[in-house]
Formats: sequence, structure tokens, C-alpha cells
Amino acid sequence: MCGIAGLIWKGGVTSDIGSEMTQMLQALKHRGPDSTGFALYGKAEEGVLVLRFKVAEQEEMKTGFDIHRLVIERKAAVDTRLEEMGADVTAREDATEYAFRYHFKFGGDLKRLIDFIEDLDGVEILSVGTALELIKDLGDATVVANQYGLNGFVGTHAIGHTRMATESDVDIRSAHPYWAYPFNDVSVVHNGQLTNYWTMRRDLERRGHRFMSNCDSELIAVYIADRIDRGDELEGAMRRTIDVIDGVFTYLVATGNQLGMAKDVMGAKPMVLYESDEFVGLASEEVAIRSIFPREIDTWDPYQGEVKVWAA
Amino acid sequence: MGSVTTSHDMGLHEEQLAGRTQQMYFSATAEENFTYPWSYEVDYANSAEFDAADLSISEINLKIRELMKSGHGSITVLNPRAKHSLGVGILNRLNLTFEGSLGYFGCGLIDGPNVHITGRVGWSCAENMMAGTVVIEKNAGSLFGAAIRGGDLVCRGQAGARVGIDQKGGTIIVGDSVGAFTGFMMQRGRMIILGDAGDNLGDSMYDGTIYVAGKIASLGVDCVETELTDLDKKYLKGKLELYAMQAPNGIDSMVKLTSGKQLWNYDNLEPTEKKLVL
Repeated sequence: MCGIAGLIWKGGVTSDIGSEMTQMLQALKHRGPDSTGFALYGKAEEGVLVLRFKVAEQEEMKTGFDIHRLVIERKAAVDTRLEEMGADVTAREDATEYAFRYHFKFGGDLKRLIDFIEDLDGVEILSVGTALELIKDLGDATVVANQYGLNGFVGTHAIGHTRMATESDVDIRSAHPYWAYPFNDVSVVHNGQLTNYWTMRRDLERRGHRFMSNCDSELIAVYIADRIDRGDELEGAMRRTIDVIDGVFTYLVATGNQLGMAKDVMGAKPMVLYESDEFVGLASEEVAIRSIFPREIDTWDPYQGEVKVWAA
Repeated sequence: MGSVTTSHDMGLHEEQLAGRTQQMYFSATAEENFTYPWSYEVDYANSAEFDAADLSISEINLKIRELMKSGHGSITVLNPRAKHSLGVGILNRLNLTFEGSLGYFGCGLIDGPNVHITGRVGWSCAENMMAGTVVIEKNAGSLFGAAIRGGDLVCRGQAGARVGIDQKGGTIIVGDSVGAFTGFMMQRGRMIILGDAGDNLGDSMYDGTIYVAGKIASLGVDCVETELTDLDKKYLKGKLELYAMQAPNGIDSMVKLTSGKQLWNYDNLEPTEKKLVL
């Protein structure tokens, strides 16, 4: 089933999007209790990149015998490789024992740096960007938000996901949102099932794209990244997905300054939209939007095959 | 052994199959009383209202039951805040008002009440409604009036995809446009759409009638346009006046759609079956 939500403050307005997205996703908990993910768009300092990565799965931390030592070793290996590539790490934060948040400056080839770090066993980069921070873990929205200290995160827009695992495992790797590797600041959340996943995945893999999980939703992120790389605008890339991707889907995609939504031609998965002069809110159910706007608001369902994009 | 009364003796077998149809007819006489024996005696003049903001879904629905039990015939629910499954399973006469919006499955499985919703409704509103009226002032989600069997279901705004899927009776009126697959597998009843209709309108409909005032993106399989008769116009005029609604270009310019009945194969035998018979 899965629940997805998105919000964007227009005209450069910033707000406590960490708390807002937590409330929206908590209201959608009944649509998927397995894991919760956030893609929050804040503002880092000029020229500074934010790196979110993890070196183990939550499940491993509970059952593994050697994992606590491995976590320390893997983190040290990441530090070494960052230094080797000439990245200047300005800040290090431990979000949890196995997930970290770094600020760094880097002038070289970002894709090479990312590939070099992910080459390490057990290390997965969740996101790299000037604005995007991607946080995902097992548990409901409140649990994850408290674990990672998301309340008070100030930014312009966010997307989020509550997952009911149907196509792949319950772990952080298969949780949404997906980062459109290796592009700065692009992330995707999806509700539905894609039926031509393997055909399209093989096609994209032949062109050199990497897939981190076996979750069908990752395909949307990789496909959009591929199209942007080949010169498409976000909206154009999204319109292509309507024709090319087969299956049922409603998905949200965010970039450094945009938020977009697309719905398949059957209109099989829900999406409720609220738009005012200063704010746009989207969610699988209206209760999520009401969790931050308890007053009476006018909402509607976008139609099948619709693509919409808003700017911050 | 005592005497056995068969259903034939009781006169229950007046229905008959007529021509190429599976539609069953029976003569429900006007004197028959169809109210439920356990229904509450309510007085419309006796009104009550309560705030649903801090109540759970079951608490709200139980509160409505309690108020009906104590004879309240007019109930207003404040701040429903788009919660799901509100006002479901009411098998009673009642004036029910929601001051706000409902989530999914609102007013499903109802038989009798007159419901007024000042906000919007989510997916599957008034699913399997048997009788009564539901009037929504704003928009409706997909699957609006899925499988309804009777009563009037009115949305003054726009509705999502698959409006009146599997409709088996009653009337659905939408004031603005509707999405794809509206009237999918419709079996009986009438649908009035005053805005535009999405792709595959009336796909695989068995029977029933769809009236559209706006543009139609495309017709589904076996959905055909037919003549708008004087009787249709009279019906449309009456229904729309009842809810103070208007066809944007007048009733005369509306389009009437029904089933082409090309997919009806009820009486035909499969090739293998034919071999056995012949």
C-alpha cells in the first residue's frame, strides 16, 4: 500500500519541515508501518556538500556479533577514502551508531568520489547534495524523527514515505526515498508496483547506472537521473515516465528547488493535493495534510496521467 | 411431518427472464414496508451536534448511533477533519450533516439517511449505498459511489477516476468533470455528469444510462451514444432542479450513453458446450 507525502513552501519561505513531514507521515502510518523515510531540503553553507551515509543495517546491529567493531572500521575507511580523494570534511555528526552526516568541500569529480566510497563493503551513500538530506530507517515517523533528531530541521520542501514492504525486504536499503545517484539533490518516493522493472533496470544498467536495492521504486529515481543527464528538464523527464514505465504508480520527486508529482494513466493510486499561494501539500490521504492544517481547506485529487511541478 | 410451504405458494416467483437479459424483475408493491424492524424512532425536529476533532473513527460512529437511539433526527458533526469511514452503515432515516471533509469510505453501506457534507470526500464515498441522499458541496475522490444500488449521490465539485464503477442502481450526479473509467462495468441506474469525462467512459457497461454535458475524452468498449428522448430531458430537468444544479449548455445539448450490448453473451454456448448439446 505505502503512504507518500510532500510539501513545499513557495517564494523562498522556510519552515520547520522536519516536524511538518514527521506529522504528515505519522498520520499515514496505517498505510505502511515497516519503515519511514524523509528527504528534507535545507540550506547548507555556500560551497558545502552534505553527505548522508550508513555502514550497517539496523537488523545487523541487533544480531551481528562483530558488527560494532566493523562499524568503526568501515567509518574509518570512509574517512580515509574521503581524505585520499581530497575532500575537505568540515563537520562530522553521528546520527546513529551506524548512520552519519558529514559536511565537506570538494572540487573534483563527485561521481568518482561516491563510487570510491561505495566500493567499501557495507557502505551505502544515502544522499549527497547542497540542500538534500535523506534519512530512512525502520519504524514509524516519530521513531525515526526522534532517532535522527529531525524536529526543528528548517528548509523549503520535503518528501516522505511510509513503507509497507511488498516487493522486497524490510531494511534500510529497500526503504524510500531513493536518491537519484549520482545527481545532487534529486530524490523520489513512490506508491505502487512497476511491472517492467527488470527490463528497464537491465537497460539502465547496461548504460552504467547502479542499483543499490531490488526495490522496483528505485527505477524511477534512476530513470529520472538518466533523463536529466541526457538534457531533459525535470517535468519533461517525468512526462516520459508516464509513457515508458508500466504498472501502477503515483510518485513524488524533489530537486534542490522543485517538487513534482506524477500519476499513472489508470489513476490507480491515490494522491490528494492542497495548494495555496504560499504552500503546496500532497499526500496519499487528506488526513496527512490535515495534520499540519487542522482548519477547513479545499483539496482535490489530480487526475490520471497528470504531471505537476512546483518551485520553492 | 407438517405441511411445507414452498416459495411458489407464497408468490415469490413472479420474476422471469425476458429476452437476452439477466435482469430480474419483481413487483415490489407500494404497501410493503421496507424499514428495518430494529431501526430507531427519530424526530427530525430533535437536533444535536458534537465536535469530532478529538474523537476516533469508532467513537464518532458510535456517537451518531447513540444520538439516534435517543431520538435525535438531525445530527451535525463538526470538524470531521478528513477521517476515514465516517457515517457508515446507517440504516435509518436521519438528517446528518458533516461540517467539513471526509476521508476514504465515507457514508458507505447506508440505507435511508439524508447526508450533507460541506467539505470534500475521499475515495469510495457512499460505496454500496442502498437508499437516501448524499450531497457533497466540494470535490470527491476516485471510486465515487462504487456499486451503489439506490438513492441520490450528488457531488457539486469534480470527482476522480472510476466514478460509479459497478453501479447497480440509483443516481450519481457530478457537477464538474470526472476521471478515467467512469461507469466501468455499470449495470443499472443513471449517472449525470455536468462537466467533462475522462478516458474510457462507460467501459464494458452492461446496462444503465450515462448523461454527459461536457466533452468526452474517449468512450470505453461497448459504450454507445443514443438519442436523448423527451422522457430523458424531463428526468434530467427534475433531478437537476431538485439539487439546484444546471447543465452548462442546457439539457438539450447533453449526450446520452448506454451499453451497445455487443458483449452480452449470456445465452451463447461455448464451442465445447455446443458439441455436448448437439
